[in-house]
Amino acid sequence: MTKYISLTINHFILSIGLLVMIVPIWIIFASSTHSSLFINTNGLQFFLGDNFIENYSRVLFKQSGFFNEITALKMFFNSFVMATGIATLSVVTSLMAAYGLVYFKVKYATVIFWLIFITLLVPLELRIMPSYIVMSKLNLVNTFAGLILPISASAIATFFFRQFYKSIPDELLEAAKLDGTNSLRFFIDFLIPLSKTMIAAVFIFMFVFGYNQYLWPLIMTTSEQYWTVVMGLKTMYGSISDRFAFVIMSMIPPVIIIIFLQKLFIQGIFQNK
Amino acid sequence: MKKVQFKSNYSQYFFLAPQLLILLIFLYWPIIQTFKDAFTMQDAFGFGSQFAGFDNFLFIFSDPSYFTAFKFTIIYSFVITLITGSIGLLLAVQANKVMHGKSAYKTLLIWPYAIAPAVVGVMANYFFSERYGLLHHLFNNLWGFNWYENVFDAYIYVIIAGSWKQISANFIFFLAGLQAIQKTVIEASIIDCKSNIRRFWTITFPLLMPTTFFLIIINITYAFFDTFGIIDTTTIGAPGSETKTLVYKAYIDGFKGLDLGSAGAQSIMMMIIVLVITIFQFRYIEGKIHYN
Repeated sequence: MTKYISLTINHFILSIGLLVMIVPIWIIFASSTHSSLFINTNGLQFFLGDNFIENYSRVLFKQSGFFNEITALKMFFNSFVMATGIATLSVVTSLMAAYGLVYFKVKYATVIFWLIFITLLVPLELRIMPSYIVMSKLNLVNTFAGLILPISASAIATFFFRQFYKSIPDELLEAAKLDGTNSLRFFIDFLIPLSKTMIAAVFIFMFVFGYNQYLWPLIMTTSEQYWTVVMGLKTMYGSISDRFAFVIMSMIPPVIIIIFLQKLFIQGIFQNK
Repeated sequence: MKKVQFKSNYSQYFFLAPQLLILLIFLYWPIIQTFKDAFTMQDAFGFGSQFAGFDNFLFIFSDPSYFTAFKFTIIYSFVITLITGSIGLLLAVQANKVMHGKSAYKTLLIWPYAIAPAVVGVMANYFFSERYGLLHHLFNNLWGFNWYENVFDAYIYVIIAGSWKQISANFIFFLAGLQAIQKTVIEASIIDCKSNIRRFWTITFPLLMPTTFFLIIINITYAFFDTFGIIDTTTIGAPGSETKTLVYKAYIDGFKGLDLGSAGAQSIMMMIIVLVITIFQFRYIEGKIHYN
């Protein structure tokens, strides 16, 4: 009997937690299916309206922005290019760098290790002004390279991969060496397949991280052609229900990724923790 | 490092080169620039600059608004860590106990984690707007809520906006931490200690210490840096500049105020804070490896 009571309490507390997490998003979603006129007179809504298709298609295809030069669809495209670029570049460079650090004797290894390690202390937020100046010197303002490169300049993934490589038994390399495998082949044929879960986890993490960037695209894009979804939210003009619809759409890609790949993602985190 | 390694004179540099090159151009160059800015004084029109020693640092230390931002950042990180940590732990403990619907709870509680802070801020904006805001009306009826003028109310606004999504992160890590505790330990403790609550505080919670510590650092880092998007979409520092975090203030001074010297000095101060936090973090991670 007491067991049932305590289980009921468990479910009760969890349900409150669920409500706190879901109700705000539901209210914004429900409100996004009403006309702006209705929202302006009646406030936020709990129940669905009939303007779902109308509002969402208008937001996706309508020209918006300060100069009316961009559609939400184009912003999604920009965000995807940016997030994919950041994820790919960080995974590839970190995978390689960690390999170089763990499997080779490197001259000045300590210096290189610290050179990479120090970067963890300086998130982009701390070097935003000088980064902007560097990017404009390199003529990279309003380019995808400008959006991608400074955010990929992070060594967190290198540490994840380094930890992972260190946990791989030495016998693997010994066996490969006996077969006469060279370092590039060993990397491609042995280590990359072994690191698949890690690679996927880091990729997902960096993709969501890249997609969710706000400050950097805000600074780097003076042309509306390069606006991304998350930064576009604040600057986008439109009626209130358009803005609700855009908020809901903006969270769909990362949320879908996390829901469907949560096992992989959590596994990836905990291999390293 | 591995005992068995490849012997090569140049391959390692081929593998290290791409990352080092990107770091050099897009990280070290701006960092060097930051240090240069922090130790130079520019005239108001940006024509000339001269070496200023520690003047920029002395300036920010004598600036009351820097201390306001410092105070707010400390309060903000402390409160966010406390709120999100305890709610995350509470939910994780419940989710770990239930038999039915565990994965449904997990999925539904995890997904706010993926939402960008700026998007959360925009949403919070609607709930706290005078016109539509449900929470604005609720608090207003309770005690005359007005975040435009009242610092305490503005704190409540940014704390709710900042905590919401971070509860998910705490929940994920605590749940994984709980699941990693071995069943035998829990079963043995049930024999010795009948009280659920006492068993939690004397057995389970101490075993969760590594997770707790890890999360404290994650939450502090979040409150320092990731909340930029939240502040910029909610109060923008209002009422005056009482809800500006250190990062937000450095951005405003540098980008809007064009005071590169002060922004540079503020960045360096924050690097020192991050350095201290990271040393703690690394001690923990290295300790963990040793333990394994």
